[in-house]
Amino acid sequence: MTEPLNAFELHGIVKRFPGVLANDNVDFACRVGEVHALLGENGAGKSTLMNVLAGLYRPESGEIFVGGRRVSFRSPQEAIAHGLGMVHQHFMLVAPHTVAENMVLGLDRPRFLLNLHRVEEQVAALAEQYGLSVNPRAKIWELSVGEQQRVEVLKMLFRGAKVLIMDEPTAVLTPQEVESLFHTLRDMTGRGHTIVFISHKLDEVVSIADRVTVMRRGRVTAANVPVKGTTKAELAKLMVGREILFQVEKKEAKPGEVVLAVDHLQAENDRHLPALRDVSLQVRAGEILGIAGVAGNGQRELAEVLTGLRRTTGGVMKFGQIRLDASTNWLEIGLRLAHIPEDRAAYGSVPNMSVAENLILKSFQHPPISSGWSINSAAVRKNAVRLIDEYKVDTPTVETPARMLSGGNLQRLILARETSGRPSLMVAVHPTRGLDVGATEAVHKLLIEQRDAGAAILLISEDLDELLSLSDRLAVMYEGQIVGEMPAKGANIQTIGLMMAGTKAVS
Amino acid sequence: MSHLSLIALALTILFGSLVSGTPLLFATLGEILAERSGVMNLGIEGMMLVGAMSGFAAWFHTGNLVLGLLTGMLFGGLLALLHAYITITLRADQVVSGLAVTFLGTGLSSILGAPYVGQRVPEPHAIMLPLLERVDLNQIILILVGLALAPLVWYYLNRTRPGLNLRSVGEYPSAADALGINVFRTRYLYVVFGGVMSGLGGAAMSLISDPGWVDGKTSGLGWIAVGLVIFASWDPLRGLWVSYFFGLLRRLPLDLQNPALPLVSTANYPSVGRFMDMLPYLATIFILILGSREAMRKRLGAPAALGTPYIRGERGL
Amino acid sequence: MRIPWTSYRVRIETRLDNPAWMSVVSSVLGVVLALIVGGFVLRAAGATDPVATYREIFKEGFGTFADWRAGIIALLTHDSCPKGLLCFGPISDTLVKASPILLTGLACILAFRMKLWNIGADGQMFLGAWAATAVAVFLLPKSTDRAVMLAVMALAGFSAGLVYGAIPGLLKAFLNINEIITTLMLNYIAYKWVEYFVVVGPWSIGDFESTGTFPKSATWPRLTEYAKQIPILAGLTAHPGILVGIGVALLLAWVLFRSRWGYEIRVSGDNPKAARYAGIGLKRNILLVMALSGAIAGLAGMNEVAALRELNGRFQRGYGFTGVIVAWLARLNPLAAILVAILFGGLLVGTQLIQPQGIASMLQGVILFVVVGTELLFRYRVQLEKIG
Repeated sequence: MTEPLNAFELHGIVKRFPGVLANDNVDFACRVGEVHALLGENGAGKSTLMNVLAGLYRPESGEIFVGGRRVSFRSPQEAIAHGLGMVHQHFMLVAPHTVAENMVLGLDRPRFLLNLHRVEEQVAALAEQYGLSVNPRAKIWELSVGEQQRVEVLKMLFRGAKVLIMDEPTAVLTPQEVESLFHTLRDMTGRGHTIVFISHKLDEVVSIADRVTVMRRGRVTAANVPVKGTTKAELAKLMVGREILFQVEKKEAKPGEVVLAVDHLQAENDRHLPALRDVSLQVRAGEILGIAGVAGNGQRELAEVLTGLRRTTGGVMKFGQIRLDASTNWLEIGLRLAHIPEDRAAYGSVPNMSVAENLILKSFQHPPISSGWSINSAAVRKNAVRLIDEYKVDTPTVETPARMLSGGNLQRLILARETSGRPSLMVAVHPTRGLDVGATEAVHKLLIEQRDAGAAILLISEDLDELLSLSDRLAVMYEGQIVGEMPAKGANIQTIGLMMAGTKAVS
Repeated sequence: MSHLSLIALALTILFGSLVSGTPLLFATLGEILAERSGVMNLGIEGMMLVGAMSGFAAWFHTGNLVLGLLTGMLFGGLLALLHAYITITLRADQVVSGLAVTFLGTGLSSILGAPYVGQRVPEPHAIMLPLLERVDLNQIILILVGLALAPLVWYYLNRTRPGLNLRSVGEYPSAADALGINVFRTRYLYVVFGGVMSGLGGAAMSLISDPGWVDGKTSGLGWIAVGLVIFASWDPLRGLWVSYFFGLLRRLPLDLQNPALPLVSTANYPSVGRFMDMLPYLATIFILILGSREAMRKRLGAPAALGTPYIRGERGL
Repeated sequence: MRIPWTSYRVRIETRLDNPAWMSVVSSVLGVVLALIVGGFVLRAAGATDPVATYREIFKEGFGTFADWRAGIIALLTHDSCPKGLLCFGPISDTLVKASPILLTGLACILAFRMKLWNIGADGQMFLGAWAATAVAVFLLPKSTDRAVMLAVMALAGFSAGLVYGAIPGLLKAFLNINEIITTLMLNYIAYKWVEYFVVVGPWSIGDFESTGTFPKSATWPRLTEYAKQIPILAGLTAHPGILVGIGVALLLAWVLFRSRWGYEIRVSGDNPKAARYAGIGLKRNILLVMALSGAIAGLAGMNEVAALRELNGRFQRGYGFTGVIVAWLARLNPLAAILVAILFGGLLVGTQLIQPQGIASMLQGVILFVVVGTELLFRYRVQLEKIG
C-alpha cells in the first residue's frame, strides 16, 4: 500500500529572533488533501514556523521539501510559485482598492495595462468555482471582515496555491462566518488542496482538522495526532505543559476587602468588534488574581479599560468606592492605581526624557514634586536617586534618557514609578515579557512585596507557570469572558488548558 | 457693451485662466503622484523657481524654447532628488526637508537668476483667432499639453500596473513590500517625477504663460499647489479643474478691473478681489473639515501612508 | 544592504546614545558646510571672492573689531562715532532684525516641542501686526501714554495671534486635521486679510498702500532718541523689541523645563501614548499650545509694526518660515534660539546690500539641509559585517 503523499515537509527548522528561540528544531509535515491543525498558545512558534514555510522568514537552519523536492525561498513570491500561500491574521489588503485590484497586486502579468474587466471576470469565475461569493468590484473597506478573509483566500487561489495556511482565521469571525469558512475549507480539501489551520481554540481544531500537531515554547510536543483518536483534555495538556519551572517563595495570602469590582464589563477593540463581552471579577486587597488565557482574548482591552485608556460600552467598574468611567480624573487616582503596561517602550516610558523625569510621570502633579505651577527639580532629583537605589535600576545617571536603558532596567524603572506611591491596586500586564531570569525574579519579588503590603494585584500573563506560582486565585479568559475561576493552589492544569482553549466541559 | 465684445471678454478670461492654470496643473499633477506614493513635498515652490530660472537661462543662451523647458525639468528633478534622499533614505522629517528645499530653491534661483532679470523674453508666436484676436501659439500648445496630460496621468494611475503599485505603496507600504513591490524605489521615482513636473511648471511660466524672469517669479504658486492636491482629492482629473479654477481666480481680479463692465467690475468694488483671493485657501480648509470624518476620508482619498517614512520590519531575508 | 563585488554588508542601526555635544556639533557643522556650499554658489554667480563676500556680510551684520572698540570708547567719553567707522551701527541693525525672528522662532519651538508643525507663524504674525495697527491708528487716541499704547498693542497682537493659532489647534485637537496644511492655508488668508485693509480697503490712505505713519506713541522708542544725552547712540534704530524677545525666551525656557505644564508638553511630544496613560489631556494641550504659539508669533507682528512705524503692503513675508529654521537650529531650546536669532539677524542685515539678493535665503536653505542631514547621520551608526 502506498504511503499517502506529503504536500510539504519541514525538517529541523531553527528560527531565532533577538533574545528568543522561536523554532527549536521543528519537524512538520502535511499530507495532501488534509486539514492539519497547528495547535498552541501564543509564542509557541506556530506562526513563525508557517512564516518560514510561506517565505517570509529565512530559517537559521533546516530544510523545506515541497512535493518531495528540496526548496528554499527568498521571498513570499517564491513560496507562492511553489503553491504555498498564507492568509495572515492581519490581512494584506489595500482598503481603498477593489477586490480585483488587490487580486492582481504584485503579479508579473499583466505587465502594464491592467485589464480590470478581465480580472473581475476571472475572480468571479474562481469565486463561483469555490463557492465563495464576493463582488470583484467592491472596495475592500466596504466588505465585512469575513468577506475580506474570503478575498485573501481567493487571492491565494488566484495565484495557484495548493497549500493554504490560515493563521488564527476565526479570531475575527462571527459564529456564522466560522461555519461558512469551515464549509469552504472542507470543500477545498475535496479538490485536493491542503489546509494548515493555526489556532489555539480546541473546539474548532477538533471540529475541522484531520490531524493535529501541538507546539509549545518553540518545540513540537505532539506530532500528527489524528483528531479522532484523542481527547480535548489530552490536547490541552500538550498545549500548556505540566512542569513548573520555579516556585516563588510566598506566604499565605490574607485577602482584605474588595478593591476592584468589575461587573458585566463590555468593550470594543480597535476594530470595533467586541473584545470584552461580559467580564465580571473582583480583586481583594492583599491578594493576586491571575488572569490566564491566550493573548487576544480581551486581556489587553481589559487592562486598558481598567487604566482609563479605553472606553467601555457597558458594565460597571468600581475602584473602592469610586466608579471608574469617562468622568474619572485618572491623574488624581493615578498614584493609587498602578499600571505595569504590556509594551514598555510604547506606553510605559518617555524615551527621550531622563530617568528622573520618567520617574515622576505619575507624581508630577502633586507635592513634593511640584507646587503651584512649577516643578521642584531638587525634589525630582532626590526622588530619582532614592528610587533607582531602592529598585536597583542600573543607569549611569539620573539624567540619562530612558531609551538607553535595557529592557530589564526599564521595567524596574516602571515598577519603581508605579509602586512607590503605595498603590492600592496594581494592574500588571505581561510584566516579565522579554526579561532575563534575574530581572524576572526581581519583578516577582516586587509583586509579592506589594501584595503583602496590602495591594490588590491583577496579573495578566501568558506564562502559565508564572501565573500559577504568583497568583492566589486564578481566572481564565476566553473570547472576552471569564470562563472559570479557582484558587491557584492545587489548580488542575488540564482544566485550565481546556478553559484557555475554549472548552468549558472536560471531555 | 455689445454682446460680441462680452463674449470676447469671456473667452479672453477663459483662455487666460487656462494659460495661467497650466503651470499650476503641472506642479499639482507631479505632487499628486509623489503624495500617492506616500511622500509629502513642501518644496514645490523651490522646485518651480529653480525650474523657471534655469529654463529661462537655457532659452536665453540657446534660443531654444524646448531646451529651456527640458532644463527646467532637469533642475526641478535634481532638487527633488535631494528631498527624496533626505526623506526616504535618511528618513528625515518630510516637512523640514521640504521647507529646506523651498529655501534652497528660492535662494539659488535668486542668486543665479540675477543676470536674467529684465532681459528680453521669448517672442510669442502670434496667430489670429476669431474673437480672441492675437493669441500666442505657444500658449495654445501649453494648454493642450496640460489638457492631455491630466487624463493620461489618471489612466496611468488607475488602469496600469505601475499605477496600481504606486497607489498601494502610498496606502499600505508593508503589504506592497510583502507582495514584492520595491517601496523605496517607487517613492524615489515619483518624488523625482514630482520635481520634474514642478520644474516644468516653473519653466512654462517663465517661458510661455508669463514670459520673463524676476526674482520670486512664481510668487507662492508652489504653496498653492500643495493645497490644490488636497482640494483635488489626489485625483488627476479633479486636479485639472481645480488648477484651471485657480487660474481663473488669478486672472479674474485683473480682468474684472475693466471699468467698462457694468455692475460687475471690481474697479468699483476693489475689496471683493481680495476676498475672492482667499476663497481657494478657505475652500481647502473646508474640504479638510469635511474629510475629517472617517467615511468621508475614504472617499476623499488621502493616501493612508502619507508622511510616514517606511521602515521595513524584521524579516530575516 | 550589500556592497557590490564584496562579501560585506553594510548595516545601519539606530544609535542609542545621543550626547549633547553631538547636537551642537551638527548645528555648527551645518553652518560651516552651508558657508562652504554658499561659497561655491557665489562663485558660480560671478562673485570673484566668496571669502571677501562673507567678510563683508559679517562686517555689515556685526561690525569689525575696530567698530566695537571705537564705539565703546565713544560711549565712555560721551563722544559720537568717529568718521569712517560704524561703531554700534551694525549690531544695532542686527538686533532690530533679530527680534521678530526670535519671536517666530520661539513660537515654532513651543509648537514643535509637542510635535505640532506650526508653519503658519507668518500668518499669525500678520494678524498680530494687523491687530496692533488697529489699536495704534484707530482705537487709541494718539495722545495716549507711550507705555500704555505699546502695552495695549502688544496685548492686541498677542490676542490676535492667539485666536489665529487656536483655529488650526481646534481643527487638530477635535477633528484631527493635519495642522501643516491648515496653518499654510491660513498664512495666505492672513496675507490677503492685511492686503485688503491696507491696499484697497478702509485703512489705506489715498493711493498709498499704507496706513500712514503711526503716532509716535505707537512706536518703539529707539536708541537714537537719546542721542542728545549719549551721542554715540545717534542713528541707532535698536529698540526694546529684542528685550521682549529675550523675555519671552526666558519665560518659555522656564515654562518648558521648570513648569508642570511644560513637562506635560514635553511628554506629549515625545510619547503621546505615555502622556495619555499618565492622564495628560491631549486635546486640551494641543489647543493651548497652538494658540500660545500663534500668540507669540502675533507678538512678533506687533514688534515689527511698532518698529516700522506703519503697516503697508510691503510688510515682509517669510519671518514665520525663518522661525522654523531658527527653531530647528536651536534644537528646540529657547535660550539657544536667542543666539541663533541674532546670528540670523546679522545674516539678513549683512546680505541686504550684497548682490545677488537671494544669498540669505539660499544660505538658510543649505543650513537647514545640512543640519537635518548631519543630525540624521549622527542618529545612525554604520556597521560593516561579513556575509556568510
